[in-house]
Amino acid sequence: MVIFILRRLLQACFVMIIISLISFAIQDKLGDPVQQMVGMTVSQQERDQLRNELGLNDSFLSQYWRFAQGAIQGDLGTSYYYKEPALDVILDKLPATLELAFSAIFIIIIVAIPCGVWAAIKPKHPVSRLIMVVSSIGLSIPIFIVAILLVYVFSIELNLAPSFGRGETTNIFGVWESGFFTKDGLRHLLLPSMALAIALMPIFIRLIRAEMMEVLQSEYIRFAWSKGLSAPRIYFKHALKNTMLPVITVGGIQAGTLVAYTILTETIFQWPGMGFLFMDAVNRVDTPLVSAYLIVVGGIFVVTNTLVDLIYGLVNPTVRLASHGL
Amino acid sequence: MNLLSVSNLHVNFHMKERELAALIDVSFTLNRGERIAIVGESGAGKSVLGFSIVNLIGKPGYIHSGSIKLEDKELTSMNARQLQAIRGKRIAMIFQDPMMTLNPVLTIGDQLVEAIRNHTKISYKDARSIAIEKLHHVQIASPEKRFDQYPHELSGGMRQRVIIASVLLLNPDIIIADEPTTALDVTIQAEILQLLLAICRDNGVALVLISHDLGVVSKVAERTLVMYAGQIVEEGPTLEIINDPQHPYTQGLLNALPQMTLPGQRLNQIQGSMPSLAERPSGCAFHPRCPYATQKCKQQQPDFIYSGVSSVACFLVEDMLNEFADHDQEAQ
Repeated sequence: MVIFILRRLLQACFVMIIISLISFAIQDKLGDPVQQMVGMTVSQQERDQLRNELGLNDSFLSQYWRFAQGAIQGDLGTSYYYKEPALDVILDKLPATLELAFSAIFIIIIVAIPCGVWAAIKPKHPVSRLIMVVSSIGLSIPIFIVAILLVYVFSIELNLAPSFGRGETTNIFGVWESGFFTKDGLRHLLLPSMALAIALMPIFIRLIRAEMMEVLQSEYIRFAWSKGLSAPRIYFKHALKNTMLPVITVGGIQAGTLVAYTILTETIFQWPGMGFLFMDAVNRVDTPLVSAYLIVVGGIFVVTNTLVDLIYGLVNPTVRLASHGL
Repeated sequence: MNLLSVSNLHVNFHMKERELAALIDVSFTLNRGERIAIVGESGAGKSVLGFSIVNLIGKPGYIHSGSIKLEDKELTSMNARQLQAIRGKRIAMIFQDPMMTLNPVLTIGDQLVEAIRNHTKISYKDARSIAIEKLHHVQIASPEKRFDQYPHELSGGMRQRVIIASVLLLNPDIIIADEPTTALDVTIQAEILQLLLAICRDNGVALVLISHDLGVVSKVAERTLVMYAGQIVEEGPTLEIINDPQHPYTQGLLNALPQMTLPGQRLNQIQGSMPSLAERPSGCAFHPRCPYATQKCKQQQPDFIYSGVSSVACFLVEDMLNEFADHDQEAQ
């Protein structure tokens, strides 16, 4: 177990180095920071002087080295627009994005598992056919259309939920702005998290259904029937656990898609999270903020996938042995 | 009363275009504590027969007609809940491949205890001690340790022992063993077979052994049914069938045993192969492969008759018997 985690940490370091290289290259090659910082009236001579002071004329590698040294100490540069450390600006918005992502994951879990299982157990039932049709439609409609439809139906026509912002938030432990604890916050969470969940749901429903159908064909399920076990026990104890193994793996990979979709969702719903901030930063050519975002998201991705592997090890007993052995 | 009586059982596979017959007019009985074998090549319908007894034929198969009675209870008309009460408790099954039969993500103990607690209301602790006792019974060393292990930590032979222990948990009346030793290596095969035989004998459990291996069958079963293309073609005491097979198919099966050939010679085989369900030959289904087939065999189905040794469905035997009868009459 310890060795497994150590190995994952080593891999994580490697991944983070690559991500930092890419994000630094973006910062280095996109736009001119000097132009962003100074006004129109500043002379070329003063600009050159500023370039020298900022070390922008040094070689790429020595600039990267400086950047990496700072990054390790938690300094990812200063946002041109906010005039604050980029990392602080990002982390300030982290709770909003994480709460949105968790709500979406929660919706996916409580909807996709029952739907997928049902569609696998009763493949010819009209409800199953409906689930499959709706999920293939969902798979092919882009998230921004889903989001706009949700806004139109639930916000404009039915006036059930607000269509933008986070609403009322409460501060917990002085570091986390949460919308989970107020009615208004939850109402604001409803549409964005639904949009995000709908975007990712179809693939999980289809995957769970396909895996479950395969598991139900297996000998150990037949043996479970021959022991006289009840249908719910066979479906939920014997089959579901085996079904979830590949689903967990795909879930880890889909975490990347989830992050990408938060950018879209947050933009549409004016959700004050990291994705929304990122879009603003791109528009303002606020390159330190852009690269800080990439690094933070890269970090989240690495952590998620490590967690997924750990969960996989907990569910699948054959993996546990391997981590002992190596 | 017979413990189990199957009569005129027809099992069909419901395909898109048409119905395919997997079992045709199968009838047999099983007495309490009796051990019978069902033999035949792959595709003969042995496993379908085994599974249909507890109504576990996989889709698209279903019982078309006929009756399966456990004592006086008709199994074919039972609902799911009633069948669940029979499965495992009165009729238990052992499957072919022990590597595939146990659920990989549940511990051995979980899988044993749930089987007991599913049918009887006892505490986890009591169920655990029964499970450990049965593991001990099937000669598994340190059963307490095995109880908490996962299937992948056990060898194939050990897993088959666990499976045998799991079918013993509720002292069933009948064990249906579908090729229980086929997936094991030869040295383990004999051990498992011995164990199975001893357990059935000691506890008075009736056994339905499904096998393609007449060597295995001869060691275990008192009575043998030979199946071909979904039908029983010969039935009788195992010893008689092995010493004096009546049906040409049974003769072919016996001839194909490696023991029947001298070392270094080519093994005997029955020409051709088992027809698929969709291409069932007319008349006697075995006629295309039968060395003695006549015009009559191609057109008509032979009836089951008692040859004096076994019951057999073959015109050859029928004609021979008729001749003898004629001779007898003439002699009188």
